[in-house]
Amino acid sequence: MTIDTQQALFGFALRLGDTSLVLGHRLSEWCGHAPELEEDIALTNIALDLVGHARLWLSLAGEAEGQGRDEDRLAYRRDVFDYRNHLLVEQPNRDFGHTIVRQFLHDAWAVELYERLATSPDAGVAGIAAKALKEVRYHVQHSAEWVIRLGDGTAVSHAKTQEALDRLWPYTGEMFEADAASSALAAAGIAPALADLRATWAARVADTVAEATLTRPADGWMHKGGLRGEHSEHLGYLLAEMQFLPRAYPDAVW
Amino acid sequence: MYTQGLDSKADQGAQPSPRLVTDNDIRFQERIDAEEKIEPRDWMPDGYRRTLVRQIAQHAHSEIVGMLPEGNWITRAPSLRRKVALLAKVQDEGGHGLYLYSAAETLGVSRDELVEQLLAGKAKYSSIFNYPTLTWADIGAIGWLVDGAAIMNQVPLCRCSYGPYARAMIRVCREESFHQRQGYELMLALANGTAEQKRMAQDALNRWWWPSLMMFGPSDDQSAHSAQNMAWKIKRFSNDELRQRFVDATVPQAEFLGLTIPDPDLRLNAETGHYEFGAIDWSEFNEILKGNGPCNRERLEARRKAWDEGAWVREAATAHAAKRAQRHLKNVG
Repeated sequence: MTIDTQQALFGFALRLGDTSLVLGHRLSEWCGHAPELEEDIALTNIALDLVGHARLWLSLAGEAEGQGRDEDRLAYRRDVFDYRNHLLVEQPNRDFGHTIVRQFLHDAWAVELYERLATSPDAGVAGIAAKALKEVRYHVQHSAEWVIRLGDGTAVSHAKTQEALDRLWPYTGEMFEADAASSALAAAGIAPALADLRATWAARVADTVAEATLTRPADGWMHKGGLRGEHSEHLGYLLAEMQFLPRAYPDAVW
Repeated sequence: MYTQGLDSKADQGAQPSPRLVTDNDIRFQERIDAEEKIEPRDWMPDGYRRTLVRQIAQHAHSEIVGMLPEGNWITRAPSLRRKVALLAKVQDEGGHGLYLYSAAETLGVSRDELVEQLLAGKAKYSSIFNYPTLTWADIGAIGWLVDGAAIMNQVPLCRCSYGPYARAMIRVCREESFHQRQGYELMLALANGTAEQKRMAQDALNRWWWPSLMMFGPSDDQSAHSAQNMAWKIKRFSNDELRQRFVDATVPQAEFLGLTIPDPDLRLNAETGHYEFGAIDWSEFNEILKGNGPCNRERLEARRKAWDEGAWVREAATAHAAKRAQRHLKNVG
């Protein structure tokens, strides 16, 4: 299927916006419940950045679509099958180890992507990426440091973190999966081919995992479906909670 | 956010009255009278130190516990703009907790000791956070009323005689006044919104009004150690004075919103220019202090759960830091 650039921008911005929003939501669930005060502040701060990125991407998506949908319309009035986030980020927090591993696997990808998008010839895309890049560089530093602390901490923390890595690894393939939108933008030179991010992502992950004394899982079966709206059961509950007010009071402006 | 209940007679550890017995005591009071700031290494009476530790710790705990009722609505904020604002606000509160614990540490206690006291139920935090946040309008009401009351109390603390506390409060107050404006703006959107939104706003005002007035603590004639705290310039205005200021500032704001303050006795006294208000139900306040508020158990449970479930993470961080230090020593040696 071929699509025009505006349609491709819509799809791509939706994918990045949804992924940022869902991950920001998951992190915000920690607010007030983190293992220590510094982490409460850090996780909330990262959630804040991610929801900020989501606003920018969803606004761009709305403009590209040209149907008058703004960031809130897109965030609050779409059901599960219209969400385009990666399955990785909708996985539940479970414990701090799962949260940190999920974050690191995503952050390492986001840095690679935003570095390339920051030089995109599309000014809208480049502007968002340049802003987000400053923040995701800090995010990956934070999550990588925690992966190392937990992996190379106690026997308990090592085991929990390895378990999280093993459990979440099959969700990493989707981040590099091309869809019609990303392929069209890559062909137009607006975005990188996502498969090209894999080598540098894998190198960064391998370094951190090794420093954390953890074992990198083998690449086997990978879960897919987020890009065509086939999600895990977790996303429905997340959206039910997030969208409650605009759905319950459809005429209200907040 | 805020501290209260300090002046209740049940409080432990306060000095009943100033007894200027030593030269040190006299010199200390002279410095206070001259508006000099007391710094961590300066001599200070034990009672002054104890009062400050108790007050600053209570204030820090209130910030941390206060993250819970507001955090309750982050995942349900009705627009992305509101979500970002609420995340930023709750993050600010965590930051306030952090500087306040640091200010308390300058007086010779550790943050871990203070946190243990909180988790053991031995330390107080503002009772306002033992009320539930039931609708989105509660987030507006907390910003407008609770942060508004906190500011009334905290602006004078920027001139507190103890330097580290006064300096922490300058930053805290700047952020709180931003939160208060944000809360009011949220209420305004509801008050100007649909009939259902307006109902939500009125309901929140009904539930938060009286607890906000109680935040200033017992009335002056019931207050155990205001006089000593005033002499030490830890406190600058009495509970009743501050409460009156809050009522005078807030009633016109409610009128502008088109909301009704839930007090049939409220009226403007044309002669004094002040609003007179009805009697506060102190029995409710006292029950909450005793642990019988609607959310006392939930709040402490949530803090304990976070602490207990985070133990393996903190242990990992400590173990890793030790391993790193050892490797560093080996490399250097």
